[in-house]
Parts: sequence; C-alpha cells; structure tokens
Amino acid sequence: MDPPMDFQVVVLAGGTSDKLSPLVSKELPKALLPVANKPLLSYPLELLEASNLKNIIVVVEGDEAATQVESWLSVAYMDRLNVEVVKTPGDVGTVGAIRAVAPFLISTDILIVSGDLVSDTSPGAIAATHRRHGAAVTALFCPAPVSGGADSSTSGGKDKAKKPSRCNIVGLDPTRQFLLHVVSGAKVEKDIHIQKRIVRAVGQMEIRSDFMDAHVYAFKRTVLLDVLEKENLYSIKQDVLPYLVRTQLRSEISAKKENSADESSNGATKELPSEDININSAVPSNQNLRWLSQHREIAPSSYQEIHISDCDMNKSRPAKKTHKCCIYLSGKTQYCARLNSVQAFGDINRDMLGEASRITGYTFSAQNNVVHPTVVQGAKTTAGGQCIIAEGTILGDKCSVKRSVIGRHCRIGSNVKIVNSIVMNHITIEDNCTIQGSVISSNVQIQERASLKDCQVGAGYVITAGSEYKSEPLTKK
Amino acid sequence: MAQKKGGKSAASDDPEELARTPLQAVLLADTFNLKFRPITLERPKVLLPLVNTPMIDYTLAWLESVGVEEVFLFCCAHAEQVKEYIGNSHWGQSHAGFSITTIESNFSMSAGDALRFIEGKNVIRGDFILITGDTISNMSLTEALQAHKDRRKKDPDTVMTMFVKRSKPMPLTHQTRLGNDEIMMAIDPETKQLLYYEDRFDCSKRAVTLDKSLLADNASLYLRTDLEDCCIDICSPEVLTIFLDNFDYQHLRRHFVKGLLHDDIMGKKIYTHEIDSSYTARVDNYRSYDTISKDIIQRWSFPLVPDVLYAGNRAQMRLQREGIYKAPDVTLSPSVRIGAFTAIGSGTIIGENSSVSNSVIGELCTIGRNVSIDGCYIWDSVTIEDGCRLSHSIVCDGVHLHTGATLEPGVILSFKVEVGQNITVPAYSKVSLLPQPSKQDSDEELEYADTNSGIIDSPSIASISPANIEHDHVSSFDTEQSVLLEGGLSGVGYIWTSCETGNEEEWRYSVAPIPVEKLKEFYAKMFDEDESSSDGEQTGITHSGELISESKSTDFDDSDGEYKGDVSKFEKEVEETFERALGGVAEENVQLEINSLRMSFNVTHAECAGAVFQSVIKSAIIASNSSKSNLLKATIDAIERSKGLLSYFITNVDEEIEVILKFEEMCMEITREFAPIFSSVLHQLYDKEVITEDAILKWESEKADADESDKVFVKQSEAFLKVFSHLNFSTGVSVLQRLYGAMTSLKLL
Repeated sequence: MDPPMDFQVVVLAGGTSDKLSPLVSKELPKALLPVANKPLLSYPLELLEASNLKNIIVVVEGDEAATQVESWLSVAYMDRLNVEVVKTPGDVGTVGAIRAVAPFLISTDILIVSGDLVSDTSPGAIAATHRRHGAAVTALFCPAPVSGGADSSTSGGKDKAKKPSRCNIVGLDPTRQFLLHVVSGAKVEKDIHIQKRIVRAVGQMEIRSDFMDAHVYAFKRTVLLDVLEKENLYSIKQDVLPYLVRTQLRSEISAKKENSADESSNGATKELPSEDININSAVPSNQNLRWLSQHREIAPSSYQEIHISDCDMNKSRPAKKTHKCCIYLSGKTQYCARLNSVQAFGDINRDMLGEASRITGYTFSAQNNVVHPTVVQGAKTTAGGQCIIAEGTILGDKCSVKRSVIGRHCRIGSNVKIVNSIVMNHITIEDNCTIQGSVISSNVQIQERASLKDCQVGAGYVITAGSEYKSEPLTKK
Repeated sequence: MAQKKGGKSAASDDPEELARTPLQAVLLADTFNLKFRPITLERPKVLLPLVNTPMIDYTLAWLESVGVEEVFLFCCAHAEQVKEYIGNSHWGQSHAGFSITTIESNFSMSAGDALRFIEGKNVIRGDFILITGDTISNMSLTEALQAHKDRRKKDPDTVMTMFVKRSKPMPLTHQTRLGNDEIMMAIDPETKQLLYYEDRFDCSKRAVTLDKSLLADNASLYLRTDLEDCCIDICSPEVLTIFLDNFDYQHLRRHFVKGLLHDDIMGKKIYTHEIDSSYTARVDNYRSYDTISKDIIQRWSFPLVPDVLYAGNRAQMRLQREGIYKAPDVTLSPSVRIGAFTAIGSGTIIGENSSVSNSVIGELCTIGRNVSIDGCYIWDSVTIEDGCRLSHSIVCDGVHLHTGATLEPGVILSFKVEVGQNITVPAYSKVSLLPQPSKQDSDEELEYADTNSGIIDSPSIASISPANIEHDHVSSFDTEQSVLLEGGLSGVGYIWTSCETGNEEEWRYSVAPIPVEKLKEFYAKMFDEDESSSDGEQTGITHSGELISESKSTDFDDSDGEYKGDVSKFEKEVEETFERALGGVAEENVQLEINSLRMSFNVTHAECAGAVFQSVIKSAIIASNSSKSNLLKATIDAIERSKGLLSYFITNVDEEIEVILKFEEMCMEITREFAPIFSSVLHQLYDKEVITEDAILKWESEKADADESDKVFVKQSEAFLKVFSHLNFSTGVSVLQRLYGAMTSLKLL
C-alpha cells in the first residue's frame, strides 16, 4: 500500500450527541470522549493512518465542538495526517455532513468513516475491495455483537445487546461480496420486501439479520455527489445506502465513472470541484450509455451474467445501467464496535481492557494492567488486572481498582473501591467510596462514603458525602 | 386412524421397530392436470412412452433401486389401463423388488383427494415416499431418508423432506429447459428447513415479501431462485392426516406446502434436501417431455437409459456411436441418414433417402422414402408415407401421414390421426380423433381451482373408449367446432383449438424449440417489467427510500377516506345513543358509550362534542314537535337536561367553538327552524355555562372575514356579543377576558 491510495476520507465525528448524555458536553464533544484514556476520534484516525489513508476531512457538528476537536487535532496529528476540520450545524444528518464537505471532495473514491468506530478492521482492505470491484459503494458490515462477540460484552451488557442486535437486514450474494438488499432503522421490524429481480440475478441470496452496519462506506465520488443532489435524504445508512442497493440493477446514477479517471488527472491542479460536476452532467447521457454497453465489464460472479446475456440478446436495446454495491465483512476475530450510546461507551471501554486491548496500543504489564509510572499508589493499594491508570493520578491507602479505567490527575482517597468503572480526568474521590459499573466524567467530586452503582455522572457534578446512587444519570443542573 | 397412529409412534420410538417398517411409497399415477391433452384423453400420462418406455417404468425402477418395499399405486383417470399395464408387466410379478398395490378412485380430482383416499385405506404405516408417475430420477435416497428420520426423532413436527435440485437462476433457463416456472424458496442454511415457498413465480409482483417473524426466528436464511423442485418427497404419515384435516388442500405444493408454511399449521415443519450430481426431473409438459427424452438419450439418467431399462417384449435397443440407439431388427435402407442422439425402436422400417435426427422413433413404424424427421417423438406403429417432413412434433401410436404431409414444429398428433396428402399441419396444432371437450377450464387452474368441472372431466375420459369414436369419425367430420384437416381427402381428426392460454402461449410448453423472436420477446418482457416496476417504485421512494413507503402512503389514504365517511356515521351512532339516554339510561353509561364510540370511529374530541350537541338539539326538535310547545323552550329544556353530558364532552374552547359552528351549520342546513332563535339559544348555552364567552368571541373573530352569507348568525347575535365587547376594551384577547375565562372555568370545575 505504499503509494497512498487516491482516497479521501471523511470522518463524521458528530457533535454532542444526546444519546451520550450526560457524558458529553460542550466542553467534551463526542469525538473527544476518552476510551481507554484516549479520545474516541483517535481510534478511527489511527486506523486510517495504519492503512496509509492520510487525506482526512473531519466533520464536526457545532462550532464549539469543532473548535475543541480542531485544537486537539492540531496537537495530536498535524504532523502525521493531512486533516481538515469542517463544521456543520447540528441535526443535518450524515448526508448533510457530506453535503457540507462536498466541495472539498476531489479524489476518485471517498471513504466515509464514522468517528465513533472502534475497530481493527483495516479501512485499507475496504478501500481495496471497493477498487477491485469498481463498486459504486462498498459498506463494511461486522457480526452484530450478540452472536459475533458475545464474549465481548460483560454480563450487564449482554441482556441489553440482545435487543438491538437486529439493527440491519442485509442480503448477500453467495460469494458474500455483493450487497443485494439492505434494511435498516425502524423498517427492520416490518416484513421485508425483496426485489425478485435482484434475487433472480444471483439465484441465491443470503439474508442475514445478524450483521451490523459499521458505518464505513467507500463511495465513488461521482456516485456520491449524484446521490447528494437528491432531496429527502438524511442518513447515509438509512437512505443513501438502501437507495443505491435498491437501484443497482437499473442505475439512475449518471454514468460518469469512466470520465472521472481522466478528469482526476486533469483536475489534479485542483480546479473548482463544482465546475467539475457541471462538466460531468453536461456530457450527453446517450454517449455514456453507448460507452457502457460496449465496454461492459465481465465479472467472474454469476451475478453479472444477466447483464452480459442481455447485452448479447438485445444489441439494439440500450443496455441497462447497473452499478455494484459491495460489502466487506469483517472477520469474526476482528473487533468492531460503534460508540453510540452510554451502554456502548461502557462496553467498549471494558473491551479495551479485555479482549480488544490490542487496539489501544498500550503494553499491558504482567498483572495485565497499564499503570502510568507517575501514578502514586498508597499502602496496600492494589490495581488489579484489566486496569488502566493514567499519569498523575494519586491513589490513597487500601484502594482497590479492578477492570477500570482511571484518567489523568485524579485524586483518590483511602479505602476506595473502583470496579468495572470508567473514571475520567481530574476527579476527586474522597475516602471510603465505592464505585461500581459507573462512568464518572471529568472534574467530578465524590465526597466521602459515597456509593455509586451503574451510574453515569456528568462533568463537574458533586456527589455529597455518604450519598448512595443506583442506576442513575447524574448531571449538574 | 387412531390405531394406525399408535402403531406409528411406537415405530418411531423404537429404532428396531423402525427398521422393521418396510419403506413404502405412494405413486400417483395421475397428475390431475390437462397439460398432455389431447393425448391423455385416450391414454394415461404415466403410460406415455418416454424413449420407448412408459414413464411409469422409470419411476418404478427408481423406487425399486432405492429399496422401496411396498408401492401403493394410485390410479384415477384410465385406471383400467394402468392396472392392466402393471398386471402384464414384470412389476406385478412376484419377483419384482417390491409389492405393488393399486388403489383406484374415480372421484379424486387432485393430489389432495388422492392422499385423503389413501389415508382412508389405512395402509401407510411409517414414513413414505410420495412421487408422481412421471418423475425420472436416479438419485440415492439413503442419506435424505436417514436425515429425515433423524429430524423426526428430534422433532416430531417434521412432516416432510422435499428434494430440490440446483439449476440456473434465470427464468429463461427454466423456460427453455423444462418449460416450468421459477420457484422461490427461503431455506434455513443450517437446518435446511423450508421457510418460504412460492411457485408460479409471479413476475408482475416485483418484490417478494417475507414475514418479519421469519427473520426474528432465524438469524439468516437463503432466498433462492436457483432451485428446481424435484417433486419427490419423503413424507411422514402425518401428511395424510393433515390432508384429511384440511379437506380443501388439493395441490401438494400450492396448498399443502404453502399452507404449512404460511398459515403455520400446528408448527409442522418441512425440510429440503438438495441433490447435486444425480438426475431428477418431472415430465410436466411437452417441453419437459422433449428435454427429458434428450437427457435420457444422453444418459444423464443412467442407469435409467433405453439400453438398460426396457420391459417390452420386443428386441431391446442398443447404444451405438454418436448416441444412436437402435434395436437389432430395425430395417434401414442404406441411404438413410441417422443423425446423432436418435433412438429407433424394434421392427421399424425406414425407406430410402430419409433422414432422422434428434428423434425417437417407436416400434413397428413404417417410414417411407425421402422423409425428413427432426426432433420428433414418433411412437409405435406409425405409418409415414413418402416425402413427409416432420419437425419437433409428437406423433402418437397408429398415426398415418399420407404422402407429402408436413408437420410444423410443435404439432401433437394424438392416437390414430390421419393426415391427408400434401397437407401441412400448422405449428402448435393438436389433432385428435376425439372432439375437444367444449367446456374447457384453464388447464393450470384446474387442479386446484374450485370449479368442479375437473370431476366431471376425469371419469368421462375414462369412460370414453377410443374404439367407439374412431369409427364414427372415419369419414365424416363435425366441422362446426373443430376443423377438418384441409383437403379432406383422407384426413381424420379434429384440430383442437388451443385450450388454455391461447396460441400465443403455446410456445412455452411445446416440444418445439422456442423461436428466437419469442425468446427475445420473453426477455424484453422481463425488461419491460423491470422498466415499469422501476417507474412504479420511483413514485414510492420517499425520504426513507423504501418500497414499503408506497404501501404505507396508500394505507394512510384509505384510512383517511374511511375516516371522512365515518364522521357522519359516528354522529348517527351518537344520536341513537343519546335517544336511548333520554329513555332513562344513566348518564355515566352514556358517557362511556359515546366515549367508546369516539375511540372506535377514531374521531377527535371536538367532533365528538359537536355530535353530542347535535343530538341534544335534535332531541329538542322532537320534543317541541310532540308537545307543540315553543321550540326555544324545548331547546332550553333539552340543554338543561343534558347539561351534565354536554359539559362532560365540551371541555375546552376548541370544542366549544366546534359546537357553535356545528349549531350554525345545523341552522343553515338540517334544522332551519332554529335559525330565528340562534342567538337566544347561544345565550342560553352561555348562561348554562356550556359555552364560555371566550369561545363565542373566538367564533366571532373567526367569522370576521367570512362571506356575508356566513355572517348571518354573527349579526343575529350582535346584541349578545356586545355584552362581551363591553368587557373587552379592544379587540383580541384582553387580560380581563382571560380572567373572566379563568373564572368561568373555575366555576365549571
């Protein structure tokens, strides 16, 4: 993969999602939520960097969030990646986000990655698959947590994971390379309607409800821009992808694919992309059609047979336009999760400590934990296995930390038990506190003898001495 | 039956017992359809020769090869012929591999009837194989049978294992090969359970709908169009019981399989077994007859091939080079050209310079000089005189073609038909000595349609003896409905008009290869369907971009329309309820009743209030009419009486406005007698605290920019309205007014 692929990457970093309340705030946008003490956005970025995909546009919702993300990026990645931050107003959907960056898109293919993806599936492999098939769109799917990574979620997560496991219904060809049908969102719960034409084209369609859309898509730029012109699209996952999949045998995407190659060489001098589009649509579609029918590619899959044969049979008739929708399935051993709920936040953090620890890039000690050398531990304090404690944190005497993440510069008193929890930065925990299965945001103060179980505490909250909370979100009013 | 059931369950519980149950098979020697008419009028389909051996021999040979011990041969049409054939053949002899029992029923008109009849005979003791007498197969049963038994042990609800075979997914392939339709099945990849079955793959419906519960229960499934149904099943005895319980099941697939899958009868399960390398096919129509004959000649069905399988009493054909089968006693003149893949039966004589290719010629045929035969199926004792040209036709026993006759592709000549000199039989004609039954049902529909014509048909076929008719028609023809072959010199036979779908559809099932134009057309049709469907879909695309949205929107429209009609209906219902209330029903009950009406008709609160008010006013009219008293007084009384009810339903300003508007509307349309007293009644309503001045003012302002005609009542109430205007210092909603409103609502409370 040495010469960098001609792929531009758009990372949709979101803003301050309501779903993650009370963890996110204006000060802490979703992209910077710490996962194993690293900002969430660093996971997709490092994954992209590993595949040598370095042309990245990060789309952030909201001004403040954008500023935050930008300043973090400038410190962390400016020398390594070619990152630009584009901000959008909130609530424009993923399609709105792409529309916002459309003028910046110049490469042949665009990779769209969700900023909340925590995975070790190589985006390079997706890009390569996309290229190999010459697909209009290639989407990454991974086994849904309930079957694929059942072991990953902790006992608490398991029951809940049962429910959203049916998040997608996908139809695949027998080789599992082509995406023939996709249903997502609320429609999943309805009866499914499958176009016979598509089934007929493959003969055998595998329908699965246990795959999850990982929200990584490779698009042909021309296709993407074409689709963006359509109205009434809001989400890539729920609108754009189903639309492309549904119309794959009678494509309405104007056939610009062939021109784009020449163009990108011409357009290497970065001419205005909007002009670029106009040139494209100005090409009489008739010519394109003829071009297509003469140079129909012959794929090894039986899936293409229908098109080849109708070419032969009906030479007079203009051949039907098609485009390919491909799928990249991540392997069973690969980790793939999206941080899009408080539940997922907890689960992913725990996974980072356990089975997916390889993603974090930390080296775990012999005790299977990561304790920064600057951490001060009091007498008889133990940091058990599957723990991460970041620099500058001070632990008092007789503390016990198990399966938890503790951020930077926390002050933890004596006889404090922290189990299965995520404690962010600059947190004060006084003596004799017990924290179980909870998420504590930054700058929280927990006074002595407090007990928290399965709680989410928003930034800056003060928990009074001796109070007890169970399964509650706690936020500063 | 109970006894039988008991025996069976014992059998499946105990493996030893199971082993002792002989493997049984039910062979349906009637296919309950008319696709082989007119030939089947005279001879049952299962006895029609397939490469010079009756079809049933192939089926029986297969049953013997897979170790079936007892065969129940079900005959219906032409039962005598079938029985006679079995009796004379070696199958009926004691040295055959199995015992064969014929079950005869003249009243069955479908596979369902047949199975019900067999169930009544109480002969099936365990799992059995269900097959029709026109199925050619060489597959092995062991594995599937074992799998079926294992599944039965695990889950007693397993009732059937269907054999399926992989084929190409293209409808074109189906059409060109066997002339049958595509089938769509959904199969569980793990268990191979059949989850969905759709035959007669309907192109007009562009989407297949899978029930959501299917995916709820199965994480994955395969939707396949690349399978052919072999029409061989391993059935549990429950299958018969299910047929008995569901007496309307006729067709094995369309009713039984679909019924089990879709109606989810008793949780019964059907599994599939996919065969890969072995051969299975069913002679369903003329096209598959052609295809399968060729497959047999090309030995795909080995060992069921002409040189192995032969039960006749004449010399057996032998295989020679280039796939030519020839009996040793065939007389060929030296100049005869025999092309590849041709079979010529014993005792046949072919004259000089004739050519035969890709054809099957039966026994004791006499073929003259300069005859050309291509792709034909010529059965026994056929005489073809000099110079005839035959292509892609089926020529039954005893046919006589006079000099120079020509058969165009797709011609079917039934038994003993004669074609006169130099006559050309047009393509796709079907000629028989028997007249076409005047009442023709659509062939395909027959077997499961609710028409009973089939019942009448089948026995009548059996009762007509070909011999009688033959003589009647030798020289004279009834030309009214059937056409005498032109020339009339020596032709004998009726040309049947195309019975079912008309001549245009003949090509689908004919023996003749599909003409190129038709193929193109077929293809184009697929295209157009795509085209049109894409248009249709286009309109259906919404923001969410799914097919469903289309249906959703129509649903909505429907309910909308319904809803409009319902308001008046609702009003009527409320009125009736109200009348009953006057008869002394407790007020709470009336409230309850009207409320439930409101919910069931799904009308708004405001509409409900309007309807209640209307009922009150109407009751006032009735009261004033009967007592001859003053209308105003009656109205006041009525309002007074129903005050509780009104205040229960009229709770906010919107509802109050609705009431005023309703009243206005009534005054203008239905109950004009109220028009003069509108303002007085309005005043009364206000006094009785049914309506607040808030509502009245709003009503007034709403009416402010209405037409003059609409303002009649506003004007009438002007004096009354002035009272409020005094309270208001200016237009609009003043503080005072709000205060007043609050007070009144407090009072109401």
